[in-house]
Amino acid sequence: MGKTLYEKVFDSHTVRQLPSGQYQLFMGLHLIHEVTSPQAFNMLEERGLSVMFPSRTFATVDHIVPTKSQLRPFQDSLAEEMIVALEKNVQKHGIRYFAPEKGEQGIVHVVGPEAGLTQPGMTICCGDSHTSTHGAFGAIAFGIGTSQVRDVLATQTLAMAKLKVRRVEVNGRLRPGVYAKDVALYIIQKLGVKGGVGYAYEFAGDVFDGFSMEERMTVCNMSIEGGARCGYVNPDKTTYDYLKGRQYAPKGDAWAAAVEHWESLRSDSDAKYDDVVKYDAAEIEPVVTWGITPAQSIAVGDKIPATTDFSPDERDTVEEAYRYMSLEPGQPIKGMKVDVAFIGSCTNGRLSDFESVIELLQASGLKVKEGVRALVVPGSQRLREEMVAKGYDKVFSDAGFEFREAGCSMCLAMNPDKLVGREVCASSSNRNFKGRQGSSTGRTLLMSPAMVAAAAISGQVADAREVFQIQA
Amino acid sequence: MAISEESKRDVITGRAVAIRGNDIDTDRIIPARFLRTTVFEGLGEHAFEDDRAQLKEAGKTHPLDDEQFGQATVMLVNKNFGCGSSREHAPQAIMRWGNGIRFIVGESFAEIFHGNCIALGIPCPLVDEGTMETLMKSVEQHPDIELTLNLTDKVITCGDVRVPIDIPEGARQSFIEGTWDSTTELLAEKDAIAATANSLPYVNGFGA
Repeated sequence: MGKTLYEKVFDSHTVRQLPSGQYQLFMGLHLIHEVTSPQAFNMLEERGLSVMFPSRTFATVDHIVPTKSQLRPFQDSLAEEMIVALEKNVQKHGIRYFAPEKGEQGIVHVVGPEAGLTQPGMTICCGDSHTSTHGAFGAIAFGIGTSQVRDVLATQTLAMAKLKVRRVEVNGRLRPGVYAKDVALYIIQKLGVKGGVGYAYEFAGDVFDGFSMEERMTVCNMSIEGGARCGYVNPDKTTYDYLKGRQYAPKGDAWAAAVEHWESLRSDSDAKYDDVVKYDAAEIEPVVTWGITPAQSIAVGDKIPATTDFSPDERDTVEEAYRYMSLEPGQPIKGMKVDVAFIGSCTNGRLSDFESVIELLQASGLKVKEGVRALVVPGSQRLREEMVAKGYDKVFSDAGFEFREAGCSMCLAMNPDKLVGREVCASSSNRNFKGRQGSSTGRTLLMSPAMVAAAAISGQVADAREVFQIQA
Repeated sequence: MAISEESKRDVITGRAVAIRGNDIDTDRIIPARFLRTTVFEGLGEHAFEDDRAQLKEAGKTHPLDDEQFGQATVMLVNKNFGCGSSREHAPQAIMRWGNGIRFIVGESFAEIFHGNCIALGIPCPLVDEGTMETLMKSVEQHPDIELTLNLTDKVITCGDVRVPIDIPEGARQSFIEGTWDSTTELLAEKDAIAATANSLPYVNGFGA
């Protein structure tokens, strides 16, 4: 009987079975940032423990970094305190730090892959639920809490239960104007926000085979929004081509050995899955969320669904969503007024995400509608530099977007980028929870970067295919 | 850390508070702005802050602001509680609210949240939907009623009601024995960790 990549990686990293029945799993790569690590270092100190494998932990700062100016000290004294704590901890324990002053800083899930740290067959963890992003490389990557960050620092291992594996296939071809983000939102809409609890998702099929690494990252990133702690794509030539030559990727003779090893980790053709679901790519339209969970979404041309369209379980949340969003069943989502537009985050803050919009802006010459605050926030400083070198900063600012410094920005409002009052934000981020973007009454509509651009230009939710005349 | 009697969680008794609703995410449990800190102390008072403020504005009272439930050390929740972010600040805020919540009974929990609770020594026993409704109603009607979680017998008692619970066996054992603090266990066999590390091709530079 064949094995899935998940089983192969899990087994090869198992140190032993614990008395609790869980497994002690070795962590190949540990990423840390300023929000979920300081307490872990404090706990380490209280117990008189040191970091067991400092060379397997890498740090950066992302959530709290202001994107208008990264000048120190940060205006927010709490944010400054957090970055100082991180600087102190990495120095004390000899941890490699991707620092803002070196131009290496960025969102942890953008920096890791960019530096070639994220590699197939690794176990990867970070005190951040969107660590699932790294699964795009055929790694088993998942978010952990701060006590677990402490465990990884102290032992480079975690106590874990084995997950079931669901293969999620999307076959056929996506239609023009439909992006990886739409695929991610579509899968969550179909399987629900808790459908993935207890599962690792193996994303496969024609669409994932054809996707670039950045597109695969977008979908793996949102695995957790469907309840799956990790999601992965089997490594292939696309993966190796992306990795080759990157800073931390294997070099010289090691490269060929690495590729051979990575190939052996792919799920076997006779692997047994706990569940398999298949979707037709042609069915997927540009998706917009209308509610307060990432599963409350519809195709841009559709109307807000009725309570009766949902299972009895979900109806309370649906009613709450109508109230919070000030929407009514039967109403179209198209035409809903938008105050803010945000392109960035660990979901859609990479080069191809911005290029998808640059192409549309250049071809159409369209500009952001007056009164709409539109932010473009690169996922890392290196990426920002690359975008500036290509002149993208100018294209964006000419079109009326603010081109910002790298960081998490409006995804989660731990920095100055926030919604005000009941503002509506067309956002390329990953969560539309109540209050997520910094105002306890602010409203978030998740969508692809192209759809965010269409909303910014129209001042309302619009179909990017119509706004930019994308030919079907 | 040595295993102390204090770490053992076999039988826990306390008054309860019901937080109704499915898919209550970690941003609602503790809004992100309160994560701008390097410690967990002080998070308790901000638990469910935005939900509480909004109800107040609407002239209603959130259960955490209802004096009747001020003594609660048990929380009752519905499905997929704690979904969203991995922030341990969420269970930290709950365990630091008021007198401190010591266990959370739910219909289901999000995975990372559940793992965080185990790491903090907070049992999260599961009951079915009907049972949860019964428990929530009893607590709402009789706020001074006490709930007892008995992990040895795998039951919760609440007045005359005695209901079976579901809980992962490993977690149950570790609470009973007081071994839920994982670091000690994970450090027990350092040689085995080194052996696994050395067997991994990427740790060895792929033999090149």
